[in-house]
Amino acid sequence: MPEARVIPLHADENGSRTRWKLGAGSGARRNRSSGPPAEPITHPSAVREPEPESAPDPAAWEVGLEQLLTFARRRLSGDYTVDEFGYDRDLADSVLLPAVRPLYRKWFRVETIGMHNVPDAGGALIVANHSGTLPLDALMTTVALHDDHPRHRQLRLLGADLMFKLPIVGELARKNGATLACMPDAERLMDSGELVGVYPEGFKGIGKPFRDRYKLQRFGRGGFVSAALRTGVPIIPCSIVGAEETYPKIGDIAPLARLIGAPYFPVTPLFPLLGPLGAIPLPSKWYIEFGEPIRTDQHDPADADDPMLVFNLTDQVRETIQHTLYRLLSQRRNVFLG
Amino acid sequence: MASSRTNGRTSPPGTKPSVVLVTGVSKFLGGNLAARLAADPDIDRVLGVDTVPPPRDLLRRMGRAEFVRADIRNPLIAKVISGASVDTVVHASLSSTPGSSGGRTAMKEMNVIGTMQLLAACQKAPSVRRVVLKSTTAVYGSSPRDPALFDEAMTPKELPSGGYAKDAAEIEGYLRGFGRRRPDVSVTVLRFSNFIGPRIDTVLTGYFMLPVIPTVLGYDARVQLLHEEDGLAVLERAATQELPGVYNVAADGVLLLSQAIRRAGKIAVGVPSAAVGPVGRILRGARVVDFSPEQMRFLNFGRVVDTARLKEDFGFAPRWTTAQAFDDYVRGRALRPVLGAERLASAERGVLSLARLLH
Repeated sequence: MPEARVIPLHADENGSRTRWKLGAGSGARRNRSSGPPAEPITHPSAVREPEPESAPDPAAWEVGLEQLLTFARRRLSGDYTVDEFGYDRDLADSVLLPAVRPLYRKWFRVETIGMHNVPDAGGALIVANHSGTLPLDALMTTVALHDDHPRHRQLRLLGADLMFKLPIVGELARKNGATLACMPDAERLMDSGELVGVYPEGFKGIGKPFRDRYKLQRFGRGGFVSAALRTGVPIIPCSIVGAEETYPKIGDIAPLARLIGAPYFPVTPLFPLLGPLGAIPLPSKWYIEFGEPIRTDQHDPADADDPMLVFNLTDQVRETIQHTLYRLLSQRRNVFLG
Repeated sequence: MASSRTNGRTSPPGTKPSVVLVTGVSKFLGGNLAARLAADPDIDRVLGVDTVPPPRDLLRRMGRAEFVRADIRNPLIAKVISGASVDTVVHASLSSTPGSSGGRTAMKEMNVIGTMQLLAACQKAPSVRRVVLKSTTAVYGSSPRDPALFDEAMTPKELPSGGYAKDAAEIEGYLRGFGRRRPDVSVTVLRFSNFIGPRIDTVLTGYFMLPVIPTVLGYDARVQLLHEEDGLAVLERAATQELPGVYNVAADGVLLLSQAIRRAGKIAVGVPSAAVGPVGRILRGARVVDFSPEQMRFLNFGRVVDTARLKEDFGFAPRWTTAQAFDDYVRGRALRPVLGAERLASAERGVLSLARLLH
């Protein structure tokens, strides 16, 4: 793992917005908008394992090796805990997150905005726009909340059943904290104080053609709003800019998609033209903005069965995300440089 | 469900039964339950029913419990129930393995027709006040579209197409019908997850004893187990107290299948999904492990149930977690690990000393 240390160079014009830039690998990561430097804090639900790469002191190579061996032994003897959803914290923090972190820091140079809108503890529902042909946006949001949130919160994603049908993908998704997007799972996670992430557009959003970029699709049937109402957790609109340009979907080979049972078979400028090389995402510059939380605890949990309220709240969330997307896009000068 | 109703004719909750009939006493659960009930001085008579006599050590443990060699598919069972004026029936004979019950047809007959006959006999017997069914969480099925945890009110995404799960689902249906026709009887349905432990023999205990363990490539099932002693304690509690309703019975916590295999010190071999069916058939044919298709689906997608009702309404908290129960099984069976803790530790020391040497 390369030492990608990030230091804030300047805060943006609105106070809530913190820009993240890649700096020389010297200073410690600090979050200006949230005050004092983030200290390692034990997670309320589980004790965080020290990450193997958090001991980069080259003089202590022996310590590093020892930690690596301890980790390997723990894994090989099955001595770790997995929650009921299949979330393997030990593996996620030590292997899965470090694997996608370079993509987050170096490739997409993700900047997070409004991280203070995500609560430090307790349940919340993060609702985001979905785009980019492959769900890289879900992965990047997970890294953002884990790395850039002062409390290093783990995002529990709600995924489509297709994902859990696929070999390896479904397995890794569960180990990384995801579960099936269904009412009982969503409510159970939010009730136990987890940060739940949902992409209500689903395949309509992630598989939309490039010409429709940043145009929000229909927000499902508002199931996420009912779940939030029933559990009384705030809804945090999350707008992701940059994911649309990772794999611009300029075509769709529908018969091939039907053949393999996929919702679409994308044609991007590089895929399938370059074969496996087409799987390399374009290095667009990303912004992830967390908006003002929308409270649901003022409503009665029984209001979850009031379709009008659910529709109104769904529209409110959708509008907020759409407007934030337009604002972020108007501030963006270049797709790749930001 | 009708079982939530109680009737003035039944004795107040918590009273002990006087004559208990247990089916399936030749198996671990039925036999040991009969033994536990026989050890209870408040219970007058314990009748154990099965088509084959229990093994000798089990029979000895059963003490004063009487073994009745009878087939529950035969109407004769009605005579046994009315003759002894049985007040509590514990139906624990559901078989999940076609191999040991003489093929799938015989197994289905024993499970479904046997239960129908038993319930018909119970319906005719005015002395019966309580019926306890040992069912299974397999009734929820196992699929990638499942919620992470099943509670008692949920139904499977796809109805079980065959085998044990279908039998159990049908039997539960018949029991609901019985409960409607006899509202004075307290009906308890216990949906057990997979049992594990040093003494019980199940498909899973055989599976983890294989030297290399076939798994479905690219999938890691969440496995929730139940220690055999906890299972017995739950059955005993249901037999001796009035706790009508449907309850999931499973230990806390889950293990991933890969994790369980590592804890047993075994080596997993991933089999592509397309080849899982043939491999399962070969293992079944060679009498290595008696895999049924729904068990293979379980090992593919796993299943976890919510046990809140067991703890709150039924009043039982399992003593072993899934991991503890599994470790107890590994120790109790003295599984020979291929990759044991000691070997791992010595490998770790070896690598460290080698690195120091090279530095």
